[in-house]
Amino acid sequence: MPFNTFKEYMSRQDVLAFAVLALLLLVVFPLSLDILRLNQVGKFLSFAFVAVGLVLCWGYGGILSLGQGVFYGLGGYAMAMYLKLEASSPENTSIQSTPGIPDFMDWNRITELPWFWVPFNSLTVALIAIVVVPAVFAYLIGFAMFKRRVSGVYFAIITQSIAAIMTILIIGQQGLTGGVNGITDLRTLKGWEINTDFASYVFYFVCVAMLFVCLFIAQFIRMSKVGKILIAMRGQEDRVRFSGYDIANFKIFVFCVGAAFAGIGGAMFTLQEGFMSPSFVGIVPSIEMVIFCAVGGRLSLPGAVYGALLVNIAKTTFGEAFPQLWLFAMGLIFIGVVLALPNGVAGVYNTFFARPVDALMARVLGRDKTRNTLTVPEQGVTS
Amino acid sequence: MFSDFTTAELGAIFAMQGFAGLILFAVFVLMALGLAIIFGQMKVINMAHGEFMILGAYVTYVTSNMFASHIPDFFGYYFLVAIVLAFLAAGALGALVEWGMIRFLYKRPLDTLLATWGLSLILQQTYRSVFGAREVGVVTPEWLDGSYRLTDMIEVPINGMFVMAIAVMATIAVALLMYRSSWGKQVRAVVQNRPMAGAVGINTARVDRMTFALGCGIAGIAGSAFTMIGSTGPTAGQAYIVDTFLVVVFGGAASLMGTVASAFTISQSQSILEFFMGGSMAKVLTLLTVVVILMLRPQGLFTLKVRR
Amino acid sequence: MNMSKTQGPFKGLTRRGLMAGSIAAFAATLMLSVPSWAEKPPTAEVNTTGLAVTDDTVTVGILHSVTGTMALSEEGSVQAEILAIEQINAMGGVLGRQIQYIQEDGASDWPTFADRARKLIRQDNVASVFGCWTSASRKAVLPIFERYNNMLYYPTFYEGLEQSPNVVYTGQEATQQILAGLDWVHREKGAETFYLLGSDYIWPRTSNKIARIHIEEHLGGRVLGEDYFPLGHTSFNSVINRIRLRKPDVVYAIIVGGSNVAFYRQLRAAGLDMTSEDFTLMTISVTEDEVLGIGGQNIEGAYSAMKYFQSLDNPNNEAFVKAFKERWGEDSVIGDVTQAAYLGPWLWKAAVEKAGSFDIDKVREATPGIELTTAPEGYVKVHDNHHLWSKLRIGKARRDGQFDVIYETEELMEPNPFPEGYQ
Repeated sequence: MPFNTFKEYMSRQDVLAFAVLALLLLVVFPLSLDILRLNQVGKFLSFAFVAVGLVLCWGYGGILSLGQGVFYGLGGYAMAMYLKLEASSPENTSIQSTPGIPDFMDWNRITELPWFWVPFNSLTVALIAIVVVPAVFAYLIGFAMFKRRVSGVYFAIITQSIAAIMTILIIGQQGLTGGVNGITDLRTLKGWEINTDFASYVFYFVCVAMLFVCLFIAQFIRMSKVGKILIAMRGQEDRVRFSGYDIANFKIFVFCVGAAFAGIGGAMFTLQEGFMSPSFVGIVPSIEMVIFCAVGGRLSLPGAVYGALLVNIAKTTFGEAFPQLWLFAMGLIFIGVVLALPNGVAGVYNTFFARPVDALMARVLGRDKTRNTLTVPEQGVTS
Repeated sequence: MFSDFTTAELGAIFAMQGFAGLILFAVFVLMALGLAIIFGQMKVINMAHGEFMILGAYVTYVTSNMFASHIPDFFGYYFLVAIVLAFLAAGALGALVEWGMIRFLYKRPLDTLLATWGLSLILQQTYRSVFGAREVGVVTPEWLDGSYRLTDMIEVPINGMFVMAIAVMATIAVALLMYRSSWGKQVRAVVQNRPMAGAVGINTARVDRMTFALGCGIAGIAGSAFTMIGSTGPTAGQAYIVDTFLVVVFGGAASLMGTVASAFTISQSQSILEFFMGGSMAKVLTLLTVVVILMLRPQGLFTLKVRR
Repeated sequence: MNMSKTQGPFKGLTRRGLMAGSIAAFAATLMLSVPSWAEKPPTAEVNTTGLAVTDDTVTVGILHSVTGTMALSEEGSVQAEILAIEQINAMGGVLGRQIQYIQEDGASDWPTFADRARKLIRQDNVASVFGCWTSASRKAVLPIFERYNNMLYYPTFYEGLEQSPNVVYTGQEATQQILAGLDWVHREKGAETFYLLGSDYIWPRTSNKIARIHIEEHLGGRVLGEDYFPLGHTSFNSVINRIRLRKPDVVYAIIVGGSNVAFYRQLRAAGLDMTSEDFTLMTISVTEDEVLGIGGQNIEGAYSAMKYFQSLDNPNNEAFVKAFKERWGEDSVIGDVTQAAYLGPWLWKAAVEKAGSFDIDKVREATPGIELTTAPEGYVKVHDNHHLWSKLRIGKARRDGQFDVIYETEELMEPNPFPEGYQ
């Protein structure tokens, strides 16, 4: 255990922030929203996984990936492939020329299940793949690039191109991937219907639970030595390198963690929506995911969750009320956050509320001697 | 696949394929030139670059309509006017954006990416509200229509040659401006050492604004030229953004020659691959090759050695 | 445009209808050209499943993209559906109830379509939905319509291979659109060799698969090449060179969206002149809507195989085009899908009136066999498989952006979404 006390792991402010978030997600939302809206919130939360990963990569590591959609998609597809195979039992697909394979393969005159689909007959393999496939892919990209000291803007543009390539590949290979339609019409998980209201409730709570697991892991990384080195690195990369650290390994590590989180998020989406679409893999959604993180505050883990929720709720509200205007609103939010609130919602909190809340807690609980300084706003933004 | 053709046919095909590659080359150069200035010189990631191009395209559309309704006799020449107007309109919008947004973000290049992405959404919706969601058809003047017959079998599209001509002229103009004018000297000075440039009396804020405006203006020219070969619609600009950035980065961002060379390499390989294996796979292979090369040689094809 | 959550402008015409006798009303509802002065049956009778039906109104949903890359294609469908709803309201509505509509934006994003469909069905309890354009959006919402039992009227010509009890397909499925067109070009143009092109997604690929089988096995022709391009691709000079090299009798193109514009412009610039006799191009993806962007002079002479063209000469269509232009402006054009979208509300109205109820199950049961004599494309009838019997027409593109209809099949063609031997 790298932490001597719990307080080194979470400051009082962190505990408070996590507790408030838990209260909101576990009590307030389920009690106040009907299942339709709760399911929507659950889907928004699947993006929060990506945003949390981005806090580590971008906020702490200074590496901005515009290809997080790829990892989200890989996780989502891994889940969807398992569910699709379950839905494509020979009995369900008896009208096809080759029963027992997914319908879109049959339309494309594929007569045998492709080799990379075969392992996804097993739920265990699928669940492992959700985390491992994105992480391994991220490792390959990260290894190639960080070892050669590609960083900053170049890394962003190359990851963006990878997102573009993936989209064209998935859409082009429709016999193997379902093409532009994605993998649709998923019905059951081990024989259990996934489209019922009850299932939606279950998946919502699973999603929240998984999100907190990721949040706690991220908090662990953030407060551990790795986190401190990341911050040092973001400020003065060369000095850390001269101190004898292999910078690349740390970057690769957080990038992989971010990818794994994104993969889990994608899988949670698949379960809650009942299908997976290549439209998440492209450039546009990948950039939107960065926006979630920026709106929440790129240095704050709970902030990332709020960011994903806020932007998506705004998008849905505007989209339902003024379909023609939501792009204006979204554009203004992007610009406004970058110009006026570089530390996002969390920055606002830190500037105006952190001190009074601290004072209040000090009065109630006594002085917090190990108060963590990393949450104060003076950290500022460098990118 | 070539066994059943005569040598003459093959020669003709290779010649025309060469032209096809050159036209794509011209398209890439026009796309990337403005971005090479903005991104290469100023390190601003302008995700709204495509939307600036589309602004140029819409300006061309409006100009052609004006000509058609007011002075139909001169319709054949509207394009020349339209290119100038497209440059001015996109440049003016660029200057405005620099003033209102970009100048606060020079120290945070990755944030320019987010802000300009927001800008691109706003511009798209503006186009949609003003011109409608449908694509608009820009009528090409007669003299730019059709093809020029070199031999019996070799035909060269005239609009493609025209795009090439614009690309060449724009490149030469930018090269002269950057490397032969005193203004270009100022720009390069600011890029290399901002405080020092300021200290010797260069108005760096003004240079920044003009550089950004110039880059956007060239995007406008590109958009204007593309009305002849591509579509003009609110979201058409997004299609260009990945290619454009790759061309600039692949070329080694700071060098104009690098951008031209990389546009040439990428366009030729894509064009040849398309001939042999069809569109989708050619695109994937080209992008993949470029990305892999960039991973192996992150500084791009050409680099400028500058002390920072 | 302020389309959302408005209601028809002709409210207030309804009450008059109460006078008419019920027998006359019943007869009138079968004859769709006659306004239905229907006696208003009580709400409890016509709506037993909790749909959004009141004594005066019934609410339906319109679900298309008004933002994003598909907005340019879907705009016409939205306009046609609104026009049909307003016309129905002016005639007294459906079962004496004015139609209100809630419009949602799918934003060219398939998961968003699914989300909005769920909202329309579960929160707004709409009585049916008119919407979707791409196959991907339909595939995304289909499980939701089946699970929560609602009706979708889907306007686009599409690849077939689907037959859902909860969808009425008002456009043509692939065999209706492809086979007769290929027969025609084989017969009239003596075409033996073909070059197939398409955008890279399911509809062009499936359609070309059917086309290839038909060419090779039924027409005795040859396919010289088959190429696909990513959506939004804009450089076609290489494939144009391939086409020159192969010299096919017919280029069969299923390119969509912005790529279309680039393709036809570059084709013409390369000197492949479609107005001349030695180069023939047939497409199933270019309607009057697309020609707007392509530019009439760039596609003049191409053959398009569709069930509807704006220039179609019959009284129904004349009235439809006139009404459409009055409502949406003199400059509007009407393509195949727009017309098919216009049929949606009318088919639904007919089914509701035949069933005497808004209940989804009853409407679905009533749907097969519904006939429209007032359809702009002419007489149409719903098949048991929820597709329409329709004719195929060949239009030759004119410079002004319209098509000359130069051929139509004599008989209505049977829809066959799962064609034997073509899979």
